[in-house]
Amino acid sequence: MISMRDKAPAPTVRSTVLDNGLTVLVQEQHAAPLASVWCWYRVGSKDELPGSTGISHWVEHMNFKGTTNIPRDQVKGIIERHGGSWNGYTWIDQTTYMETAASHALDRMLFIESERMSNCLYEPAECESERTVIISELQGGENDPEQLLDVEVTATAFKAHPYRHPTIGWIGDLQRMSRDDLYTYYKRFYVPNNATLVIVGDILADDAFRLAEQRFGAIPSVSLGDRTRTQEPVQTGERRLTLTREGSMAYCKMAYHAPAVDDSDFAPMLLLDAVLTGAKGVNLWSSFEGQAPQRTARLYRALVDGGLASSVEGTLLPTQDPFLYTVSVEATAGTALSSVEAEALSVLDRIRTDGVTETELERAKRQFRARLVFETDSVTNIAHQLGYFTTVATLDLYHDLPRRVAVATVEQVGEVARRYLVPSNRTIGWFQPLNHEGEHSPLVVSGLRRR
Amino acid sequence: MSKNGLTPVRTALPNGVVVLVQSTKTQPAVAINFAMVSGSVCDSADHIGIANFVAHVIDRGTSSRSAEALAEAFDNRGLSFAVRASRHRMILACNCLTDDFEMVLELVADIAQHPSFPDREVGKRRVEIETAIRRDADSSAEAADDLVRALIYGELHPYGRRVSGTLDSLGRIDRTALIDFHRIRCVPKGATLTIAGDVNPSAVTDTVSRLFGDWSADPPVPVSLPPVPEANGRRRAVRQLPGKVQADIAYGFTGVARSDPRYHGFRIMNNVLGQFGLGGRLGNTIRERQGMAYYVFSGLEANIGPGPLIVRAGVSPANVDRAIASIDDEVGKMGADGVTDQELTDAKQFLVGSIPRMLETNAMIATFLQNSEQFDLGMDYDARLPGLFEAVTLDDVCDAAESLLAPDRASIAIAGPIDEDVEGAVSP
Repeated sequence: MISMRDKAPAPTVRSTVLDNGLTVLVQEQHAAPLASVWCWYRVGSKDELPGSTGISHWVEHMNFKGTTNIPRDQVKGIIERHGGSWNGYTWIDQTTYMETAASHALDRMLFIESERMSNCLYEPAECESERTVIISELQGGENDPEQLLDVEVTATAFKAHPYRHPTIGWIGDLQRMSRDDLYTYYKRFYVPNNATLVIVGDILADDAFRLAEQRFGAIPSVSLGDRTRTQEPVQTGERRLTLTREGSMAYCKMAYHAPAVDDSDFAPMLLLDAVLTGAKGVNLWSSFEGQAPQRTARLYRALVDGGLASSVEGTLLPTQDPFLYTVSVEATAGTALSSVEAEALSVLDRIRTDGVTETELERAKRQFRARLVFETDSVTNIAHQLGYFTTVATLDLYHDLPRRVAVATVEQVGEVARRYLVPSNRTIGWFQPLNHEGEHSPLVVSGLRRR
Repeated sequence: MSKNGLTPVRTALPNGVVVLVQSTKTQPAVAINFAMVSGSVCDSADHIGIANFVAHVIDRGTSSRSAEALAEAFDNRGLSFAVRASRHRMILACNCLTDDFEMVLELVADIAQHPSFPDREVGKRRVEIETAIRRDADSSAEAADDLVRALIYGELHPYGRRVSGTLDSLGRIDRTALIDFHRIRCVPKGATLTIAGDVNPSAVTDTVSRLFGDWSADPPVPVSLPPVPEANGRRRAVRQLPGKVQADIAYGFTGVARSDPRYHGFRIMNNVLGQFGLGGRLGNTIRERQGMAYYVFSGLEANIGPGPLIVRAGVSPANVDRAIASIDDEVGKMGADGVTDQELTDAKQFLVGSIPRMLETNAMIATFLQNSEQFDLGMDYDARLPGLFEAVTLDDVCDAAESLLAPDRASIAIAGPIDEDVEGAVSP
């Protein structure tokens, strides 16, 4: 039966917890005849042990390959016939699945997710076939030098915490893991007491709760066992690495250990990033849409306007444990990475020493307010945000984030700059391209004066 | 989108600017999309890439606002502002909060009409474009895509060239050329301003008249597209990219123009071939059954002229020939046998059912209406679209497949860590 402890964390979101521990969030949104359903699991690559890196992501892939009541040959089209799209992703803290379709298909979407939670098949031949698909996905990523560098920088920045290995896993583990490894992992973590179901759209909340109870209520809860994780020790010295491979572009990354989303430093850190590279908002799902407003940002002015870089980007994402604040730079053709790095570090040192101005802070806050509107422009994006924050933190924290940003002071932003942007807290990575004869690419004289 | 469909207000200014306004109340935000008929098809042979270059500099200073002033104006409002050149259009697009709308529209009008192309900004953006060209040349997916378009269309057709041009062509474009291109090509005639969001259409129309009404310029000389070279046989080209781990394949044909009455039949055919579910029939075979690729799909780019249909896949270098054989097999079967009744029904249900998703956000609505105007589809196109898909018959789709899908006429490009002695190999 439906809970127990109905509450309203915000005026438009209702939540309940079923007897089996499944959290259900519902928000009515009647602008378009659509509904979006997301099912979130508190399991990601940080839950993986050595030898089974990449298992969360592989399990995610397997959960699109048929269930007891959705035969393999009926998976294709099951949501498309309702005009819908479906997808899923795995990251360091979470694994999630989504459907967005006509609102009259709500029960169909809930049926798919309830099947995914408890009845996936894991046919041995399908597991083998998916092994090569995932290795192909890994290799596609390795084709991209910036992605390659990101993996290496993250692995160097973390010595102990499982955030150190990539979500897709290490190739040796992907070649070794068995069907039983996958299935055991699935049965352990894909349980209602480890999940959050989010429904947003042109539906009635009472109907949505009733359907959720019908589809998920009988799935038993299971003890998750011990989930202790190693804490990352404080970094005590700068770390560096250089990758050299064939290519034409040079990249530099500077990664600093950063606060988790529930840390009081997180909102000031978001604003610090906005001053340095422009505000991005906090929606991982829509973060690829649109360029951040960054033409007045300090690092953009120094590097891109200065002709040293063609792009600069700062990344600070909401995570359960402390992760990284990463500045990524693509050098312009012919610019030495040492010049790019020196200029970037000079900007970061200045902001660490002098902090930010009131003008910069107010601009960053205005940008952030606008991004929060832009990144919740669809039922899919709204549902993503509700589920994401419930999974890595709490819904209350999500609703409180705009306030935390609004009240942040120049002193607080300056303080996080002073504490986090220290040399001993950073890892610097270079991707230095080799030309196709195996030599470092020659510098090319360009028309622009450089510093 | 309202549940009853779009209800745009369309007006045309005396100077030729068409204004489309769709009011929505879902968010305190507005999407603006301003499209001029100055895409890369307008590039002259000496200045390939000039439309793209203009798009990179046009918002970096006007006769009354410095680059710095524009940067402050964008960033103070958290604007997501982008200018890009496509084949036939140059589009200024942004999202803004409702409170900022009038000010932002004024910026868009100023940028479109009075760019100053400051020397310093021209120099900086030149370096950015050069870098992007080098980056794309090092990307196996981009390299395969460029190569297949060159195979299909040849060097003389604008669809066969890169929108961003080449390092050589970029070097021939100076500030004077940019100013001339803007004066001749970025004109009110043929331009479309689309606004979707939390606005009052009648109030917007007055504002637009004030901001765009006095803009005058000679109509541009129309650009005529040369005929697409006939595909007489199978063509193949390879770009070697040592150091890469995966190879990318682009496998294409000349498709249809957007105005072709068979267009919706081609859309359904493409959906069955490489879209429905996870990559249609191609995804079923190459990803799901053989586990050979993380991605494989097909895309149909109907345009003013006949755009391409391109199948794309990323595979291990050892599987390139096997993957191409599988694509050949699926393409050949569909070309010979067409699609089934069930596939037709599925594709129609998906394409019709997707329409509300395509029109959910302000930016999506603005793009949809801009396309409706560009291709003369009418302001009721969203309402007519379900009927247009429903009217497609099995014969229509089979005819579309038969006319297009022949492996012996395919253009095939491969980029990645491929051996040098492969047929058709070219150096990076």
